[in-house]
Amino acid sequence: MTEVVRDATSAPPHEASRPLVGVLALQGDVDEHVAMLRGIGARTLAVKTRAELDAVDGLIIPGGESTTVIRLLDRFELAEPLVARVRAGLPLWGTCMGMIVAATDVAGVDQRSLGLIDITVRRNAFGRQLASEEVPLAIPALGDDPFPAIFIRAPWIERAGAGVDVLASHGGHGVFVRQANVMGTSFHPELTSDSRVHAFFLEIVARSL
Amino acid sequence: MNDSGSQKGTVTVKRGLAQMLKGGVIMDVVTAEQAAIAQEAGAVAVMALERIPADIRLNGGVARMSDLALVQRIMDTVTIPVMAKARIGHLAEAQCLQALGVDYIDESEVLTPADDKYQIDKHKFDVPFVCGAKDLGEALRRIAEGAAMIRSKGEAGSGNIVEAVRHMRTIRDQIAELGAVPEEELVRRARDIGAPLDLIQYVAREKKLPVVLFCAGGVSTPADAALMMQLGAEGIFVGSGIFKAAAVYKNGVPEYDDNGFPKVNPDIALKYAKSIVAATTHFNDPKAIVAASMTLAGAKPMDGVDIRQLDEKQLMSVRGN
Repeated sequence: MTEVVRDATSAPPHEASRPLVGVLALQGDVDEHVAMLRGIGARTLAVKTRAELDAVDGLIIPGGESTTVIRLLDRFELAEPLVARVRAGLPLWGTCMGMIVAATDVAGVDQRSLGLIDITVRRNAFGRQLASEEVPLAIPALGDDPFPAIFIRAPWIERAGAGVDVLASHGGHGVFVRQANVMGTSFHPELTSDSRVHAFFLEIVARSL
Repeated sequence: MNDSGSQKGTVTVKRGLAQMLKGGVIMDVVTAEQAAIAQEAGAVAVMALERIPADIRLNGGVARMSDLALVQRIMDTVTIPVMAKARIGHLAEAQCLQALGVDYIDESEVLTPADDKYQIDKHKFDVPFVCGAKDLGEALRRIAEGAAMIRSKGEAGSGNIVEAVRHMRTIRDQIAELGAVPEEELVRRARDIGAPLDLIQYVAREKKLPVVLFCAGGVSTPADAALMMQLGAEGIFVGSGIFKAAAVYKNGVPEYDDNGFPKVNPDIALKYAKSIVAATTHFNDPKAIVAASMTLAGAKPMDGVDIRQLDEKQLMSVRGN
């Protein structure tokens, strides 16, 4: 079947009012988040520059290496504007690496983080790659069906501040947290075909507008 | 599967770690000190090996898996994933690396092959493998054996990007071509390139490999990294390009430390590593590549070799098929 190709000018009138969700694209599994977001009807933008950061209505920091991305955020002078936008209410979701970058503290290592959600995370807490796993995870906020959670050299939440909701736990530790406009997951919904966590975030973005 | 329904060592988690490394640079290191420099520069992972490819090329002899005590020290030194190379077909080296707990194994043509017929049956391992490929058939054969990540081979230790370009273009062109042929032709295509039909069908349908595709073998400047990313690499392996550029010479002869490792200038290594990371991130922005290159003022990239002047027996990329 041939797909109908439309140019931007013939887009339906509501097109521009749909929220634009950015995925920080300095390093990590950006395409997987973009594909999932598009699948549930969001507009997306890969964010590498200040101008792109300024344009989005919500931001995902994907899976990747936290030591790499925190350095690149500083090197390319994106850390300060990112913190300012999130403090002013921009919805933010960090998956795995993204949650580490957004946390108040990283336990056990001398590593800078942005202090956007009041949690202490421990990196690679479940172990190295040989401990990476797929787990059916109970997440009551998303309904009765367990979520197919994929943990890869995953962090856990060692401490959650008073204003932080812990939405799911695994092995006795929080792995899905939310504090107002910021959420974090230890696992990778973007590697599955289950879009419920992305839909959950998209609703936070929609309500923030 | 245990009581909680947890599954480890699955295809999804093996391929998943490679997906987390996308857009990043994986750096060859031979010591824990080099691993620390790589992490400080923003590497997404380090690759432990006995000697960097340029030195293997220079000194000859048999290149093997790294000293395991050294791999352990590297694992203790950095928090990023640690990969390590095993010889082609050397399943006992791979078993050792898995038992040690490394995060990825590279069954690598850069080391001296241990088996001239068979590669390792990688499905039998819980630790994921990355393998090199010169073309689509080779990539899909490695995936059929269980590889969870592919890197185009290039010519390791040459400081010459031409083979990396050739292999990446070949893989990408063959993927594009498969995506355009009628379905009834796929069986013959599978026969022609020597790859399993189900993987051929996947590539024809999705127009990509089922695993992440990085580039290796010849990247020695920020512009080299940007070139390979523009050609479709999802990330970069740098072997000799960083620590060879930072090698310390006396009267034109490389100097060695007390343990027999080539001496490197840590400041130059850090600068090189950072510049290649920056160019990999902003590969589509020439101004950013200029800015990354400017930080190298005064430093000189590693010496390169003209691949056409090499004998067949000096090529690493022809090992494994």
